[in-house]
Amino acid sequence: MSTIDTKTVKHVANLVRLGISEEEAQKFSGQFSSIIDYFNMLNEVDTENIPPASDIANAENVLREDEVKPSMSREEFLKNAPQTERGYVKVPTVLGDE
Amino acid sequence: MELTNLTIQEASELLKTKKISSVELTQAMLKRAHDVDSKVKSYVTITDDVALEQAKQADERIAKNDNVTPLTGIPFAMKDCISTRGIKTTCSSKILENYVPQYNATVTNKLNEAGAVLVGKTNMDEFGMGSSTENSGFFTTRNPWNLDYVPGGSSGGAAAAMSASLATFSIGEDTGGSVRQPASFCNITGIKPTYGRVSRYGLISLVSSFDGIGPMARDVYDCATVLEHIAGHDENDSTTYQSPVPHYTSTINKPIKKMKLGIPKEYFVAGMEAGVQSALQEAIRTYEKLGMEIHEVSLPHTKYGLPVYYLLLFAEASSNLARFDGTRFGLSVSKNAKDVIDIYLQTRREGFGDEVKRRIMLGAYALSAGYYDAYYLKAQKVRTLLRRDFETALASCDVLLAPISPTTAFKIGEKTNDPLDMYLSDIYTVATNPAGVPALALPAGFSKDMPVGMQLIGKHLDEATLFQVGHAYQQVTDWHKKLPNL
Repeated sequence: MSTIDTKTVKHVANLVRLGISEEEAQKFSGQFSSIIDYFNMLNEVDTENIPPASDIANAENVLREDEVKPSMSREEFLKNAPQTERGYVKVPTVLGDE
Repeated sequence: MELTNLTIQEASELLKTKKISSVELTQAMLKRAHDVDSKVKSYVTITDDVALEQAKQADERIAKNDNVTPLTGIPFAMKDCISTRGIKTTCSSKILENYVPQYNATVTNKLNEAGAVLVGKTNMDEFGMGSSTENSGFFTTRNPWNLDYVPGGSSGGAAAAMSASLATFSIGEDTGGSVRQPASFCNITGIKPTYGRVSRYGLISLVSSFDGIGPMARDVYDCATVLEHIAGHDENDSTTYQSPVPHYTSTINKPIKKMKLGIPKEYFVAGMEAGVQSALQEAIRTYEKLGMEIHEVSLPHTKYGLPVYYLLLFAEASSNLARFDGTRFGLSVSKNAKDVIDIYLQTRREGFGDEVKRRIMLGAYALSAGYYDAYYLKAQKVRTLLRRDFETALASCDVLLAPISPTTAFKIGEKTNDPLDMYLSDIYTVATNPAGVPALALPAGFSKDMPVGMQLIGKHLDEATLFQVGHAYQQVTDWHKKLPNL
């Protein structure tokens, strides 16, 4: 039985930039343990010398000319942005100022 | 004649011979949607104005006989994960509740060009994460066959809209059964095409290497018609196949006698509802009577399909959903935010539902240092084996016949407390997506008054054979013609 403790849950929540409460961390911890436990059945499969799947469509590299084409206007693009200033997307401090 | 129950083929004939107009057909559909959908809740948005404008244009096109296609003037519904310019596209998530795309998905453009009429955008599990629509950020869609039951998911709204006669066809999206399982629960026909057959440009990604947009309709013939119009190479999606799209409807009547039907033994095991089992057995007998040769085949890695599917889904989804960060579009929560990370944390906490949170966290776990080899890489290796299973089985057979779900639709609320139990209901559909093969879902009977579906699985890019074999079945059965009483 694998256990994923609340510390690990908080760690992965931070990795995916998700704010969670202590209560939520506890709930997810129990659920994650049973899910990961079930997934451990993959250990039964012998994958020695089996390559990992990389593409699924037997795709070939696709090349094209690098041509300049009209794209969405800046005004149109910014329609969905929550905050803008002088034609830019505005966000608070990214790097600390202390 | 009930306009809302027509197939595409029937409606198109009436439109071309001017017995009805697209405006009449569209008005009938919108009226029914406004009357009935308060019970079924299949639509997130009903696009009355767009629909009537498109219907008017379609009628003009027909009057002038200007490039009329079988979809010209036909009302359709679209899963709300496919971008529509100027029309809200929410993925049934609070984080996109008011998001209005500035561009169309390629599929949307193709349907516009064909002259189809958009009735509305349909409900789904948030970002496609679920099997019942209970994970929608807005509301749960009901199964038109019994309103206390789920319609399946994640394309549950698209299936329910078809089943309740609120659209003449729907566009769904299948990442691990999201077209087939709701089709099965709601008694309609739907296809998950080969990975790369239909452009994903403008589809809001769940799992970029599994996602497949596919039609849902009243019968196999209609699905073939729609796929002809939405499939094909797209310079905006480099994973689309260059090969031309076959004219599926012109080969659909080819005889199936002497063709080989494979029955994967791992799919017919204990745990299947008795009524599902007997419906499937009856379907196999029907194919035998139609002259197909029945062969038992083996897909030895079947039971590993579920962990492979979910691990890779978690991993890809955690990366795909990183874009919802509250800075460029969608919900933005920035109460007293001291830095940009604070916006991310607050926005994602408020905007995502529990299932989305679970999956992106588990994805980060499976990809993180120390676990990558054991989970992500291991799953990609077993994925190779899953794919080889299908290649081997399909080397000796034309198509495989399998169940879609071990049970018929379950009750609303029955599985919501146990995420793993909900995942297990996907056991028969998930393996095809990591393998990339196409699969057609079609009605096969009833168990305790609820619809039972089956799937036909084919070779890469061989949708034509799936349509041919599925169509032959629908020529001698009438399960697909049964409609719920609403």
